Amino acid sequence: MEDADLQALSFEQALEKLEAIVEEIDRDDVDLEQAIKAYERGVQLRDHCERKLNEAQERISKIRVKDGGIETVSPSSDDSDSPPF
Amino acid sequence: MELRTGSNLPEYSVSQLAEQIKGTLEETFSRARVRGEISSFFRSGAGHLYWTLKDDRSGLKCACFRSAAQRLAVRPEDGLEVVVTGRVSTYGQRSEYQLIVDAVEVAGEGALLKMINDRRERLAAEGLFDEQRKRPIPYLPSVIGVVTSEQGAVIHDILHRLRERFPREVVLWPALVQGEGAAGQIAAGIAFFNDLEPGGPVSRPDVLIVGRGGGSVEDLMAFNEEVVARAIAASRIPVISAVGHETDTTIADFAADLRAPTPTAAAEMAVPVRAELRASLMTTAARLAAGLQRAAETRLARLETVRQQLSRPSTRIERLTQRVDLAWNRVVSDGAQRVARFRATLAHASGRLRTPVDQVRAMHRRTDAALTAADRGIGARYDQAELRLRLSADQPRLRDLTEQRLEQARRRWTAQARLLEASSHKRILERGFAIVQTGEDTLVRRAQDLAAGQAVTLLFQDSPPGQPIPARILEPVPDRRP
Repeated sequence: MEDADLQALSFEQALEKLEAIVEEIDRDDVDLEQAIKAYERGVQLRDHCERKLNEAQERISKIRVKDGGIETVSPSSDDSDSPPF
Repeated sequence: MELRTGSNLPEYSVSQLAEQIKGTLEETFSRARVRGEISSFFRSGAGHLYWTLKDDRSGLKCACFRSAAQRLAVRPEDGLEVVVTGRVSTYGQRSEYQLIVDAVEVAGEGALLKMINDRRERLAAEGLFDEQRKRPIPYLPSVIGVVTSEQGAVIHDILHRLRERFPREVVLWPALVQGEGAAGQIAAGIAFFNDLEPGGPVSRPDVLIVGRGGGSVEDLMAFNEEVVARAIAASRIPVISAVGHETDTTIADFAADLRAPTPTAAAEMAVPVRAELRASLMTTAARLAAGLQRAAETRLARLETVRQQLSRPSTRIERLTQRVDLAWNRVVSDGAQRVARFRATLAHASGRLRTPVDQVRAMHRRTDAALTAADRGIGARYDQAELRLRLSADQPRLRDLTEQRLEQARRRWTAQARLLEASSHKRILERGFAIVQTGEDTLVRRAQDLAAGQAVTLLFQDSPPGQPIPARILEPVPDRRP
């Protein structure tokens, strides 16, 4: 699997592919060579999933309409009297 | 009299009367609640609202100025049965009066619910709530857009729940969630998120949560507005609605792709629990490793089986048994074939024999030769089999099998040999006959072939081979010829 393809996978897609690979390896008739390749792909997918899980970071912003334009404001840099939602 | 009557009444100017009426009306009806049906609804460019409240006999002009209009719980519309609260105000220039409205309630919950219901049915008939329009909620969105009030518990609950489950990027579109203008702001927020380009300065959400906290039916009215329902239905980003409490259902909920009973539940529907995902991923990864190991072990086991089969004695024994079997088949069929051939030869020769002695001799020789040959053949093969048997003498099964086969073949051969024996000349001798010969190989068939004093030999059943008894003819054989 190309690295770029892997990066484009969502967590869910990667997990689904990983599960499919586990099923494949679990089959008795799978070629050993093929099983090893599948395993290596599985490891890549697992690492990708793990990265996705670790990417969890809270970031909050709100939209403000100002002078007809739109800007994003993060709560910390917002006016002090606005509620810390 | 007429003048007196006239002079007794105070005389007003028009304006004075107008002022008088204005004072009287506005004082008397400074605060009035009036029930009626809205008709001729109109919104001015400045944001003021005008309509006529009517019942079956009368009409009352109503005005609601912009500041009050923004706080209305119910958005006035034609045909709506309402109770309005306000003060009466007169417009002396045209001899008119009107009610300046600062609050509108739907006249009785039943009427409001009927209005909502009618609207919902109309939109449903349009196909706005069809199941096939529903978009799936992404399993793990990166960015979550929220359209709700920036004050209040809703956004707080959502953020709190997200933090617990799976912290994500959240973009809030602050919107009024009740009163005049709320519906428009909510719809604008949904449209705004949909118009965002991926990779732009503002992250485009993968899922939207649109909602507000609980309240009365009037409080929730913005979420029953058609403009909100249409914005939700048109959203290309999947929408989770979270309006009020569990028992509150608005038209927005029908239009949404997923309806959450509370804002907290909406956050739960938006993201999975990270810890659970981690556990599930670990399980799957463990299965992956175990799978490969098992695959290798299965093959190792298979290899071991093959290796054992290669060196296992039984395999060799089975091969030997097979060879012995083949040899024995040959022995048996050879024996039978030989006997059959001898029979055929015997039958053929008997037709061509010149003398009984020839016949008997030839028969004797051939029988002996055949018996010897058969004996040799069988013996040789027997020896061969015996040898193989000895090779695997430690295998009783093979030995038993082989001996059984040997015995079988021996029996068959003996039977055939007996048959051959039965048809030999020895049987004739056994019956009491003797063979008379003159010299070597000359059989005496007739008495007239003998002369007095001639030497002959006699062959009895017990004569040793090549040792006939010598004898002499005493009397000449009577000549029976005429």
